[in-house]
Amino acid sequence: MSEDFNLPVGPFHPLLEEAEYFKITLDGEKVKEIEMETGWMHRAIEKLSESNTFDQTIFLVERICGICSASHPFACVNALEDIGNVEIPLRARYIRSLIGEMERIHSHLLWLGLAGHFIGYDTLWMWAWKYREPILEVIELITGNRNHYGVFRIGGVRKDYDISLNTRVNEVMDMLEKKLSMVAKAAMDDPVLKSRLCGVGILTKEDAINYCATGPTARASGVAIDVRKDEPYAAYDLLDFDIIVREEGDVFAKTVVRILEMLESIKMVRQIIERLRKISGPIYNDVAEIPAGEGIGRHEAPRGEVFHYIRSDGSNRPIRHKIRAPSYVNIPTYEVSCPGMNLSDVMITLASVDPCYCCTERSVKLFDSKGTEIAQNLLELSQRKTDRLIDELGESELWKLL
Amino acid sequence: MGVYNRILKKSLWVFHMSASPCNNCDIEVLDLLTPGYDLERFGIKLVGSIRHADVLLITGMGGCKISERVVRLYNQAPKPVFVVAVGTCPIGGATFKDSYSRCGPLDKLIPVNLYIPGCPPKPEAMIEGLLKLLGRLD
Repeated sequence: MSEDFNLPVGPFHPLLEEAEYFKITLDGEKVKEIEMETGWMHRAIEKLSESNTFDQTIFLVERICGICSASHPFACVNALEDIGNVEIPLRARYIRSLIGEMERIHSHLLWLGLAGHFIGYDTLWMWAWKYREPILEVIELITGNRNHYGVFRIGGVRKDYDISLNTRVNEVMDMLEKKLSMVAKAAMDDPVLKSRLCGVGILTKEDAINYCATGPTARASGVAIDVRKDEPYAAYDLLDFDIIVREEGDVFAKTVVRILEMLESIKMVRQIIERLRKISGPIYNDVAEIPAGEGIGRHEAPRGEVFHYIRSDGSNRPIRHKIRAPSYVNIPTYEVSCPGMNLSDVMITLASVDPCYCCTERSVKLFDSKGTEIAQNLLELSQRKTDRLIDELGESELWKLL
Repeated sequence: MGVYNRILKKSLWVFHMSASPCNNCDIEVLDLLTPGYDLERFGIKLVGSIRHADVLLITGMGGCKISERVVRLYNQAPKPVFVVAVGTCPIGGATFKDSYSRCGPLDKLIPVNLYIPGCPPKPEAMIEGLLKLLGRLD
């Protein structure tokens, strides 16, 4: 006879670089159930956004996540431009796509390294992060900062791309393409790696659709969705690229999707910097004001689709700003991909959707009909209800019911 | 303290704590360990347990839920322990200073020895900061 065992992981755990808490229910070494508690990283961004002006909001949403720090402002400016029907100059559209793709490369390399670290393949970690460094250097040359680029503005971009950087960007892309093929060969043909990743954490196509998974998580399960193709924005309708789809749905498929996506991104960066040579013109259109109305903005972030909804009443601040980050829908897929696996495979499955807990954090506040806040502690709430019932019925009446 | 400091200077063990950050400083801290910056050449090493740590590297604005844990972890650390606040968030709150879920700044919760400002601080700045800490041990 076996007994269930609860294994708490976190909030501060050597393997989690963010603070997060998982409760894993085990039967022997097999995982039966997995639960997650959020709220450790909650920063009240949607509320803060309501007290900031539109220009400040773009800077604020950039700080939702430090890894995909171009994706949130990208979706946010898309939403704001949707409200005001703002036209963007062609040059700005290309620069936006350039930054989006650069970010995808560095984010996927970061994931590849961490995934290697999680399965005890530290060489892959060091390799991947070594090749990520030149990308960050190029991003710094283009935008002025390694992360948190601060280049997005309503109607265009803040900083122009300098054509003289083309040689350096091309150099880095050549180097990266060579090294990536090397890493891809080393990782994809390695028998140890294959046996660790193949058939682990399988997410079927049905489950991917049921859980509304996005990004590489969905594409590795055979669901061909990509906002860049489905609903092109910025310069993506002018670029030539493919969506990478795999059918298997396991961790290995997710790895392959990400590696091949990086090669696609390199292809796109090359096209963009070549075309920027010929396109001249302004990098932004002046936008006097955002009219009253509501708008949505989407962007295919490295982890999946980012969705922003903004409602404006004609003033200079949003009155409602709703954000849905890709990890918010990808993380619940643990419920179907983890049970039945060995405990030692859980970590890589958790990492395989490239979770970003900072993007995901939500908090719930409950108010009663009078508008006073109900205590956050549900246990206390429940105990108080019992007390109230006893008071109403009288203790002797309750005894009679028994 | 003389002998202790001399030994500590050669091998500073660091525990990294994230108190509601945006992930950026955390990634830059991890970046320090990789070949580009290679912090281990100074004998500085990231450890998995607070009980092994000589330095606490704390990032983030200090959300109310996590603050309690930060104080608890600080109390568990063997003393003397140096607390380093990485990034603008633990120092002044940056863009989150008006957030309802903020219990920071960090020095209101626990004593801080060193501040490394920046959003995020560049890895060079972090190395500079940690070397200042090593220099203080002389």
